[in-house]
Amino acid sequence: MTTIKADAAVRTFTRKSATTTGDRVVGGISHTILTVWCIIVVLPLLWTVMSSFKSSSEIFSSPFSLPAKWNFDNYVGAWTTAGIGSFLLNTVIVVFGALAVTMLFGAMCAYVLARFQFPGSRGIYYLMLAGLTFPIFLAIVPLFFVLRSIGLLNTLPGLILTYAAFALPFTVFFLFSFFKALPNSIAEAAALDGAGEWRTFFQVMLPMARPGLATVAILNFVGLWNQFLLPVALNTDPKNYVLTQGMASFASQAGYSVDFGQLFAGAVMTIVPVFIVYLIFQRQLQGSVSQGTSK
Amino acid sequence: MTAVVPPTSAPGGRVSVARRWSRRDLTFDKISFMIVFLVVPVLGYVLFVVWPFIQAFYYSLTDWSGFTPGMNFIGLVNYGKLFSDDIFMKAVGNSLILVIFLPIITVVLSLVLASLVTVGGPSHGPVRGLRNSSVYRVVSFFPYVIPAIVIGIIWNQVYDPSHGILNGLLTGLGLDQFQSFAWLGEQRTAMIATMFVIVWGLVGFYMVLFVAAIKGIPAEIFEAARIDGAGRFRTAVTITIPLIRDNIQTAYIYMGILALDAFVYMAALNPGGGPNNSTLVMSQQLFTTAFTKGQFGLACAMGVVLALVTLAFAGIVFLVNRLTGGTNEVAE
Repeated sequence: MTTIKADAAVRTFTRKSATTTGDRVVGGISHTILTVWCIIVVLPLLWTVMSSFKSSSEIFSSPFSLPAKWNFDNYVGAWTTAGIGSFLLNTVIVVFGALAVTMLFGAMCAYVLARFQFPGSRGIYYLMLAGLTFPIFLAIVPLFFVLRSIGLLNTLPGLILTYAAFALPFTVFFLFSFFKALPNSIAEAAALDGAGEWRTFFQVMLPMARPGLATVAILNFVGLWNQFLLPVALNTDPKNYVLTQGMASFASQAGYSVDFGQLFAGAVMTIVPVFIVYLIFQRQLQGSVSQGTSK
Repeated sequence: MTAVVPPTSAPGGRVSVARRWSRRDLTFDKISFMIVFLVVPVLGYVLFVVWPFIQAFYYSLTDWSGFTPGMNFIGLVNYGKLFSDDIFMKAVGNSLILVIFLPIITVVLSLVLASLVTVGGPSHGPVRGLRNSSVYRVVSFFPYVIPAIVIGIIWNQVYDPSHGILNGLLTGLGLDQFQSFAWLGEQRTAMIATMFVIVWGLVGFYMVLFVAAIKGIPAEIFEAARIDGAGRFRTAVTITIPLIRDNIQTAYIYMGILALDAFVYMAALNPGGGPNNSTLVMSQQLFTTAFTKGQFGLACAMGVVLALVTLAFAGIVFLVNRLTGGTNEVAE
């Protein structure tokens, strides 16, 4: 959107483009600084990709040398011996499960808080605000025992519910302003036409909030996919490991058995799915970020 | 609680909503709606989020070790223990270093990059950004979507004394003293190297945020400033920053909260706390105390200290912003 606008502006004003020397210098310096930063960002990532094809002895001989042969041995090794495959599956289950729960209940809760008045609604609102402000670290120890007492410690459903609960306040806050902004007249029209509360929500209000839902879903997805503390503390059974904690334990093991090639391959395999999603949704994601933090 | 009580008065402005509640009887549709839409999510939230937070305050006053049935109320003894514990105080100090330096470095760097992207273009015609600036945005934002633990793992390799690319580059430039320099293993550099990684991962995120905020400023304001003869630097300092100061405040607080956590980065870069505990932070110490040593009461006390520091930090940022003339609104 913005780039289109900028391009149009450039086209309209090209006839005056007697660029001054000062402009060229400033432009040049700007481009240089930004390019340097981009190189700092990209270089470690490219190096990771390159190293993921090298054997351990090649990695130790020189950080720059190209791999002798480009094969996927390290990837196969990381997938099978380190168990990246099962980590990935667990992550997909947990993240999408939690995303579904938190989006559904978050939207419902935000809708009720935004559009109905009842005693205690402000109290619930402030309770949500508190959940956003306090560090998870304060809750982590009691949370461990809450999950243990209801038998959900070290299980994927327990992790799903915890993820969803901790993503709820942000979801509610964001959607609250969204539902608040929807016109009352439409809900009234639905009620006059005989739609009950359930139908009004699912068939009228929810579809109208779709842009807001998409934004929150994208931000929650990134946040949950990258979650580290909750699984490390609450999900200690290696066969239930999610990707982030699996990579952490892989990295700490690699310190002893030293298969750095596989470690790099594991890192690349963690990044590639997000990279693809990022390339596809890059514009929406950046829009989401600016919306999600300025609402 | 169950919201089936109709409001006694219909306040102005929201009349239509309120009326719908008092006029109709409580049908199955309404009651089931309220239970599923409000009671279920709020109960789940209270069970998994609010209740643990409250419990933490109580546990911090006990000698609970978790797996034994008994726990004794011991008042503030845990807090006394923390403040006389050199290692924990070291961790507090390191957390404070992070919360002082990380937000300022990240916010300044991302503001500079955002300004270059948005107003670095030619000084005539409409105020506009650099050409192809979206490339810079897309590239710098990317680390935000990489899981922080993987960022840490990658940088741990980059910093590696023997096969890391950083020492490879430096020795390639002829700086042979970096032949096998352990960036994360030397007390002098471990903290700085760690901070750089966190900045690396988050600058793009805040840059995108600031770019959006700057684009939200009406172009006429920039044009007026330009006509009045303000240069680029002057415009950035006296126009842009005051107009997006609420966004800067939000970014500052987010970044501060993240700096006080920092657990993921530390777990990947220096799980043991670094040389001579030089990168040990409160969250790490809390985690070890709880899940390795099983001293849950003490760990909860650390959690309370961490929460208080977080709240104090947010309070100070609000106060400073207020005192220097900003509004008190949170851009949520």
